[in-house]
Amino acid sequence: MRHRTFFWFIAPSLAAMILFIALPVVSVFIQSLHVEHEQVLRTVENCGPFGCSEETVIDRAATAELRAAQPLGRFAGLSNYTDRNHLAFSELATMWERSDSFADFTRRAMTLPFWRAMAFTLTFTFVVTPLVLTLGLAIALGVNALPRVFRGPTIFVSLLPMIVTPLIGSLVLFWMVDSRGVLGAFLQTLTNNPDLSLRASPTLTWIMLIVYGVWSSAPFAFIVFYAGLQTVPEEPLEAAMIDGANRWQRVRYVVIPHLMPLAVFITLMQLMDNFRVFEPIVGFQAQASATSLSYNIFNYLRGDAAQFGAAATTSMLTILGVVVLLTPVLIRTWRDFNRKRS
Amino acid sequence: MAATQRRSPLLVTVSTVLVVLWVVVAAFPFVWTLWGSFKVQADFFSLADWRNALRGTFTTIQTGGSFTAQGYHGAWVQEEFWRAAMNTMIVVVSVVVISLTFGTLGGYALARSGFRYTFWLLMIALVFRAMPHITLVSGYLLPFFQWNVWGHLPTAIIVLVAINQPFTLWMLHSFFLNIPKDLDESAMVDGCTRFQAFRHVIVPVMWPGVITTGLFSFLLAYNDFAVTAMLLSQQNHTMIPKIASFLGSTQVEGNVMFAVAAVVSATAPLFVLILFFQRQIVSGLTAGAVKG
Repeated sequence: MRHRTFFWFIAPSLAAMILFIALPVVSVFIQSLHVEHEQVLRTVENCGPFGCSEETVIDRAATAELRAAQPLGRFAGLSNYTDRNHLAFSELATMWERSDSFADFTRRAMTLPFWRAMAFTLTFTFVVTPLVLTLGLAIALGVNALPRVFRGPTIFVSLLPMIVTPLIGSLVLFWMVDSRGVLGAFLQTLTNNPDLSLRASPTLTWIMLIVYGVWSSAPFAFIVFYAGLQTVPEEPLEAAMIDGANRWQRVRYVVIPHLMPLAVFITLMQLMDNFRVFEPIVGFQAQASATSLSYNIFNYLRGDAAQFGAAATTSMLTILGVVVLLTPVLIRTWRDFNRKRS
Repeated sequence: MAATQRRSPLLVTVSTVLVVLWVVVAAFPFVWTLWGSFKVQADFFSLADWRNALRGTFTTIQTGGSFTAQGYHGAWVQEEFWRAAMNTMIVVVSVVVISLTFGTLGGYALARSGFRYTFWLLMIALVFRAMPHITLVSGYLLPFFQWNVWGHLPTAIIVLVAINQPFTLWMLHSFFLNIPKDLDESAMVDGCTRFQAFRHVIVPVMWPGVITTGLFSFLLAYNDFAVTAMLLSQQNHTMIPKIASFLGSTQVEGNVMFAVAAVVSATAPLFVLILFFQRQIVSGLTAGAVKG
């Protein structure tokens, strides 16, 4: 295909991506270098019967005017990145000095919004992804062993948690595990603790969010693995049986190697999707115990006093995280591409 | 293969139990919520006894029947959920149509061009695909305020189209790779331009792939919360941000049932979607994987 034809074919798509993905990233970067204007202060002299006193008041009109004239705020360089709400180097250093053990240090560091969100995001990503792979494979093997009539309905039901809107999915679960919901009540009876509330405990909240993550993503792994199982070659399996391999050994040495490329694909998709975990935190109203990077951005932007600078800085750091996460994949694909060309 | 293998009864039992357990875990929350949406709050969120939800004790006391449509009435009529449903329909249909139009052209070009820059475009698209949508939203807000385009449906539509492009391009690119090159090239030998070849030869055979991709575009637009919640004004809200806004006003007794009813209403179209397009969804999920 000639360059010119290629260009015209790709133009609409490319224009959309440049205008609404690439340029916003630039805009985010510029915003991350600015902070909101401070309020304009004015000193007024109040003179009364007992003499004059000076008072500092906020000049609302001037503040509003300044903010309207320069909505970006004032230039702040990289200070947004190093402030307490983001990388917080100096705070971390002080905490490191003051804390007597590593656990103590971690506990203190968890009060910093960025690191708190980072801790949850990474935990979520790296706990949910392997669980999804394992559970998905287990379900796929189980469904594959079912009589054919049951497979269609099972797949139908399995698709539900994955297809359903993340916010809706998390709400549906949340209403059940709420202390007044059916599962919450059941857990209270089970543990014989009428005050048990999943929301009150940070650990339980994290577990709940992870359970939601696995619940909503396992179907994806299941479907992909199930499709892969349909194409497992017969001959190696038969050969393995003749050689006396039991079922587990056949799964381990024939089926799993065959599914390996699929596992890589699922891992890649899951890492990308879990890293942006956001809706469950809104749905479970878990922000008191767990926040993610995406949630922090949402939180900065919401309300009347939106902090664009802080939101943009968190966004830049998140994008950086995504790139780091994807680097191995990009390098691998680059090698594959070059091998194919040569 | 299945028929030739002898299976130990233990293994059959374990795998069947596992699948049954999974089916229950996957389906029960939805069944429960559907059931509960026809009850009053005191039953669905029962402090005293969870069995109230089954028996509908308070529903009977408060409304006289063991089922009530109060939640639905409150959500659809009183809180004007129908407006949100209309908005969702406008947004979703426009996003699907526009992103498929852009995506088929772009995906076709990417599949037929062998230059190095196609690889880079696909890689950039992959990075774009991985970026959390909310990071982009923080870039939109200030410019959109400035240009006075914040809050309108078309803004959200074009943004969702753009966010959707990376995925659509990847999906359709791998789909077009499977359509033999000879098809359109022979048309061009016969004197068609590239676009004519695309129009008359490729378009008639591309529908299975386009429908599959369209389903996923539909899901992205329908399920979106970050973009629609931040970029649309109150009266233009689509269903998902509307549901989120119900949650803020749940202090009033009974209002949480509006959210429950709205959640069930918003799940219904998805249910129908799986009912009719299960095969396409499954093939779409695996299409990317097979390509590796």
